[in-house]
Amino acid sequence: MNPEHIREIVDHHEGGKKAGIISILEDIQAQYSYLPEEALRIVAEKTGRSLVDIYGVATFYKAFSLKPRGKHLVSVCLGTACHVRGGPRIAEEFERQSEIKTGETTKDREITLETVNCLGACALGPIVTVDGHYFSNVTFPRVKEIIHKARAGLDRVDIQTDERIFPVEVACPRCNHSLMDRHHYIDGYPSIRVTVSFRQKHGWVRLSCLYGSFSVDQEYEAPRDTVVNFFCPHCHAELIGASECMTCGAPMVPMLVRGEGGMIQICSRRGCKGHMLDLTGVNF
Amino acid sequence: MISLTINGLEVSMEEGTTLLEASRFYGFPVPTLCHLDGLSPYGACRLCVVEIGQGANAKLVSSCTYPVEEGLRVRTASSRVVKARKMILELFLASCPQSKTIQDLASSYDVRQQRFKQEHEDCILCGLCVRICEEQMMAKAIGFRSRGEKRSLGAPFDLKSEACRLCGACMYVCPACQLRCTYTEPDKAICGGCANLSPPCLEKNSFDDMMCYMEPCVACEIKKD
Repeated sequence: MNPEHIREIVDHHEGGKKAGIISILEDIQAQYSYLPEEALRIVAEKTGRSLVDIYGVATFYKAFSLKPRGKHLVSVCLGTACHVRGGPRIAEEFERQSEIKTGETTKDREITLETVNCLGACALGPIVTVDGHYFSNVTFPRVKEIIHKARAGLDRVDIQTDERIFPVEVACPRCNHSLMDRHHYIDGYPSIRVTVSFRQKHGWVRLSCLYGSFSVDQEYEAPRDTVVNFFCPHCHAELIGASECMTCGAPMVPMLVRGEGGMIQICSRRGCKGHMLDLTGVNF
Repeated sequence: MISLTINGLEVSMEEGTTLLEASRFYGFPVPTLCHLDGLSPYGACRLCVVEIGQGANAKLVSSCTYPVEEGLRVRTASSRVVKARKMILELFLASCPQSKTIQDLASSYDVRQQRFKQEHEDCILCGLCVRICEEQMMAKAIGFRSRGEKRSLGAPFDLKSEACRLCGACMYVCPACQLRCTYTEPDKAICGGCANLSPPCLEKNSFDDMMCYMEPCVACEIKKD
């Protein structure tokens, strides 16, 4: 940690006038992946607030960590659906195999294990995500494999360069209801029908089911670069995941791939072509 | 002046005073744990609840944070209030059974046992120590940390704070921890009537340095002079 660097971050926030504590800490956390003790002391000194206040804020929010975190974040879902499908036992197995407790980081600073309350893909439970990649229907024998893949680094598999065009059949990750519309065809295949809303407008949109095709048919024309909220037309749950588009940073919209399993994610920004197919959690 | 009724007695108070101050001024006792004159009201312990309003609109409010209002009807000891206080005292007894302050209060409300899982905390998170440290001692050495179940009081990083002058005010005002003796950590040592059968102070030559404000110390009965 470089003290000068922390000072620069604080200065960047107008010297830390009263309101900016959280955003200062966020910036430090983004740089160092945790909040070093020395950094908190510098923030307290620079902003003229007491260390007690800064420490109180840093320990209050779960987004901040006072301990160094690992390169890879393994989140085991313990939401209601995953819980009844054996999530807690999966979490225990992760603790046993990685030899750390939940919330801790392995000694080699590779893996941080945490539990989360819902990842929004309840139909696939128990869910485990590694750096934003979903592993569905996780069973005991797969824990070892997932830890191995996490250490190898899942982001190295470059999914974005996948230019093959093939049809997919998708379902809502929440209610597992098919999103396919067999009465309307786009690109010669049944379309994917979802509801969208943007700027007070609420309507349907049909997407091409060809992975790699960007043909759409929609009720209201969304202006380019608007971020649109996607909803399941059956359970009306918002289709929103934890990950962001690697191209533009908008939230990604997750959908379940029927058949093999796995997730397909498309960017929620109109005109952005960010999408990815995540089959890493699937046994072929 | 604002006129209101406390337990049927028509009284008038200056604007800005709290129901607690008004009740006590006119001689109606209201128990408190987290209230101390000279510190900002906090409303943490909830022992000072009183009932305001009429019929279906009646509700319980913490009197230490509620300012007097024109025409307000306050009841400081209605059956609902007493029931609520008894429940709160039971909860305190469940977490801090060893505190004499809490035991005395409970016994004055005829609460002799509690029905919850017995714990042995030494803190009710009332924030008195935090407020006295900040508002009267101008130190801000201790504060609340973390949240929810893990919320605790103390100095950042559990290290002795540079802002702390070992004044002992935090322990003096604490209703729960009963002046914990910290003799095992010499640089934090403030003798606090440790109720220890073999008083550690006897082994220490430097009793004067212990900044003991209890004369005589209830445990070791050494006088300062």
